[in-house]
Formats: sequence, structure tokens, C-alpha cells
Amino acid sequence: MIKIVFFAALREQLGCAELSITADTVKTVTDIKQLLSDKSELWQQTFGNASLLCAVNHDMVDGSHLVKPGDEVAFFPPVTGG
Amino acid sequence: MSNQVTLNKDKDPEISIQANDFSLADEVALLEKENLTDGAVVTFTGRVRNRNNGNVVTTLTLEHYPGMTEKSLAKIILQAKERWDIGRVKVIHRIGELSIGDQIVFVGVTSEHRQDAFAANEFIMDYLKVKAPFWKKEKITNAGQTSENWLAAKTTDTDKADLWS
Repeated sequence: MIKIVFFAALREQLGCAELSITADTVKTVTDIKQLLSDKSELWQQTFGNASLLCAVNHDMVDGSHLVKPGDEVAFFPPVTGG
Repeated sequence: MSNQVTLNKDKDPEISIQANDFSLADEVALLEKENLTDGAVVTFTGRVRNRNNGNVVTTLTLEHYPGMTEKSLAKIILQAKERWDIGRVKVIHRIGELSIGDQIVFVGVTSEHRQDAFAANEFIMDYLKVKAPFWKKEKITNAGQTSENWLAAKTTDTDKADLWS
């Protein structure tokens, strides 16, 4: 399984803080985005936002990053702390 | 030099993510305690402003990504230590609901001479702004109407951080 978590405005738009997917159908972060986009029109629109960031196991990655079972994948908007 | 960040199971003494307020005087005292080599102590404190983008702000709520926040701040501090000759570092970031005038963030850096501490402090703050996973939601009042908005990231912050690379 791969754990997927969402933060801030993204979490509120989706109405979802986390979910799990089986690892056998996805190889990369881009594959996960595609899988999530296929859930509904809302998810498709939300993941069409090019500014969304992704971290795997707490490190920022790009779409080509390879994922494996046990990974924690996070999607979130550009950060606004400080 | 290695960019490997080793995270202890123990809490990193240089980083604190907390809901509670902090005391600037206490933090400066800790940076100076039994520190006989550093002549410079540079601190930055960020506070909640009463206005943003022309709106009256009533509260600010800070969300973060536990685990990644600490890891990203540890990386930023390590980069600062590789780049400048600095002594002690402390980064505090508050989370949860904050009111106008409340302290949000603290960065303290010591060094033998002032130049390194000044530069490293600004670098840590600039990188925190664009790399550490915090998000601000503001409650604003506009023409008597109250609404909540997630703040949008500013390109001026990214541009400022890019100046260090």
C-alpha cells in the first residue's frame, strides 16, 4: 500500500485528508496524480492545478519520482509559512 | 560536504514547532548561555499583521506537515552551516490559531563576527518561506463580511530565496 496525504486548501477542496492505494498500478508520482484525477471531475480539476507540490517520505520530488509500497506521498499547495 | 540529514529520534534542539508562544529573552539567553566564542547574536521575529492585501485580518491559522516540517528545517539549517561560519541556531515556528500581534516565527543565529550571523539568519528565513511545509489561513473582515482564505504563495518570496542560489 501507498499512503497519500493532502494538506491545506487542497485537503479542503477534496474533502479528504488521506487515503491509501495499492502500489501495483502506479510507478511514479505522475501515475498517482492520474489515478486520483480519474476519481471524479472534482479530483480531475483539482489535480489539473500545475502549482501543486509533491513530497515522498517528507522530501520534495517531481512527477517522475518512482514510488514503492510503504511510501508516504503528500500533495499540497505552495507553502506560505514564516 | 554531505547533504545527508540524519534525524534523531530525540527532538532536534535547534527546531521547535509549537502552539505555545515563545519568549525572545529566553531564546536569546539560550543562544548566549556558556557561549564564549560568539560575539554576534542575530534574531528575527515574525508577527501577525492586522492587515493583508487591503483587508482587516482578525486571526491567522497555521497548518503544517508534521515530520516533513522538521526535516526541511533541519536541511535548511545544515545548508546555512555549510555556507557560513556560524555557532548556534534556533528556529521556532508556531502552529494553530494566532491573533493580531502574536509572534509566529523566530530565527536566532550566533557567530564569532556579525556578518555570518546576519547572512545565515536571512538565508534561513528566506528558505523557510518557500521550502518548509506551512500554510496560512487568514480570517478577514471586508465591508462587515467575515471570510476565511488560504494565503497564496508570493513570487517575491521565491525570487528572494532564489537570490541565494
